[in-house]
Amino acid sequence: MKINPDDMARIANLARIELSPEKLALFAGQLGDVLTYMDALNAVDTADVRPMYSPVSHHTVTRPDTVVKELARADILAGAPEDDGAFFIVPRIV
Amino acid sequence: MSLIDLSLCELRDKLAARELSAAEATAACLARIEKTEPEVSALLSVQAEAALAEAKALDAAGPDPDRPLWGVPVTVKDVLTTRGLATTCGSKMLKNFVPPFDATVVARLKAAGAIILGKNNMDEFAMGSSTENSAYFPSKNPWDLARVPGGSSGGSGASVAARQCFASLGTDTGGSIRLPAAFCGTVGIKPSYGRVSRYGLVAFGSSLDQCGPLARSVPDAAAVLKVIAGHDPRDSTSVNQPVPDYEAATRCCDLQGLRLGLPEEYWGEGVDGEVLASCRAAVDAAVAEGATVVPVKLPHTPYAIATYYIIAMAEASSNLARFDGVRYGYRAPEAANLLDMYKKSRTAGFGDEVQRRIIIGTYVLSSGYYDAYYRKAAQVRRLIRDDFDRAFEHCDVIVGPTCPTVAFPLGQMTADPLKMYLMDIFTISLNLAGLCGLSLPVGLGEVSKMPVGLQVFGPSFGEERILAFAGALEKVLPGLPRPAAV
Repeated sequence: MKINPDDMARIANLARIELSPEKLALFAGQLGDVLTYMDALNAVDTADVRPMYSPVSHHTVTRPDTVVKELARADILAGAPEDDGAFFIVPRIV
Repeated sequence: MSLIDLSLCELRDKLAARELSAAEATAACLARIEKTEPEVSALLSVQAEAALAEAKALDAAGPDPDRPLWGVPVTVKDVLTTRGLATTCGSKMLKNFVPPFDATVVARLKAAGAIILGKNNMDEFAMGSSTENSAYFPSKNPWDLARVPGGSSGGSGASVAARQCFASLGTDTGGSIRLPAAFCGTVGIKPSYGRVSRYGLVAFGSSLDQCGPLARSVPDAAAVLKVIAGHDPRDSTSVNQPVPDYEAATRCCDLQGLRLGLPEEYWGEGVDGEVLASCRAAVDAAVAEGATVVPVKLPHTPYAIATYYIIAMAEASSNLARFDGVRYGYRAPEAANLLDMYKKSRTAGFGDEVQRRIIIGTYVLSSGYYDAYYRKAAQVRRLIRDDFDRAFEHCDVIVGPTCPTVAFPLGQMTADPLKMYLMDIFTISLNLAGLCGLSLPVGLGEVSKMPVGLQVFGPSFGEERILAFAGALEKVLPGLPRPAAV
């Protein structure tokens, strides 16, 4: 499958990644190769096959709704690129 | 025999009997790291002082029969969080990330008395089969420094083989424990999905990831698995089933009457002659001890790589969305606005392979393509699992080569991502199906003189079965010498 640079740019934007024109062209080619390889799955008849999204059965696991303070706010904020001692700080949104 | 050549079980017993001190064991490993690390580059960080202090504290308190790895020095892949110790995932994105909590498997190692020496190098975010995708440096194979150690837990494989430690924790999403185990001549176990907690394992493919041990013998790996396995309320996919005595299982049985399933898809075309020869010799050794061989079929094997990469990349694109420069990790300076900050941070923080996989994952999940790729892959995934269920009706374990080749030279595969993905042909089906497996070193290739791994597959929660087989087979095989290059 051929991926054109516009499609590639659209996908990169969805992924929140900026690609230089050279990388856009390189990735478009490689994505095309990988998708062509993946298209082999079309040869498999999967009518009536239930998709398997996980090897273990999906059910909602619940626990008692009690507050457990395991981590201090300061320890969490210590890893943040920018904070004001109480919150994470990000560039202006509005 | 020098201290570092002891098996983990031998060391543990000598420590418990106070024939050796934890400080002696730790110092021996640190000296070994100092000697070998400039060549193998297996570690991203070493905490020498903290490890020695911990060892001395253990010695002062004395051995504790309730701590099964008391005083045993180990290393941990840098994708598992360690409280107060940097956890980079081999990425610039997390260069300065110091987690405020331990992964459950790390907490269990510590509670068992193990001493953590440092964190192992890896392919960035566990994406790769050679450890060349580390954002820091590639690791080298202790058997031949011009070759890769495999990946993504390549630092773990190299560290164990180079005798820097007695075991290491790796993680396996599509073969990332078994491949480096095979390439470095160690044992590596990929537990069944749900057997080991993933809490604190930085997620790549959440329906595929499992943590497991690499070690130099089957009982050694089993002893570590017993410590890390078991239900964890912090991981809702961990299964609440009792943990058997895995180490005892490795010594329980002989090979008499055991039925080995040999999938025709794994034993023919595309496998190097020396790999086939070593694996066949191991099967012959099992047959000489009374095992029988049963041909089985895994007919959807040709579709496994496409299925795997669709699912793994879809899950990766979703999991790695969390790295946005807000709460932890790298933030690009001078962003015009929030969106710009996300994009610049992710572009500068992630390496090429990670970006490529996020983008492919985003594509297959994007509007209009979801059914054609992700849903289709999830359907084929069930057919792959059904293949195994049918095969296990006729055999006790399934065996085949872990990888079609021995360790390849550094740089050989990096230009062609698809070619690198094909290295995972024999390992990925196990993750898709959620079953357990291990790689056992069965000899050196006749031509390359590099280790060859035999992969042993078991059913879900069948760890005792594969360990019993591998433990019995290991006893009748000659075993490997210490790696030539270190």
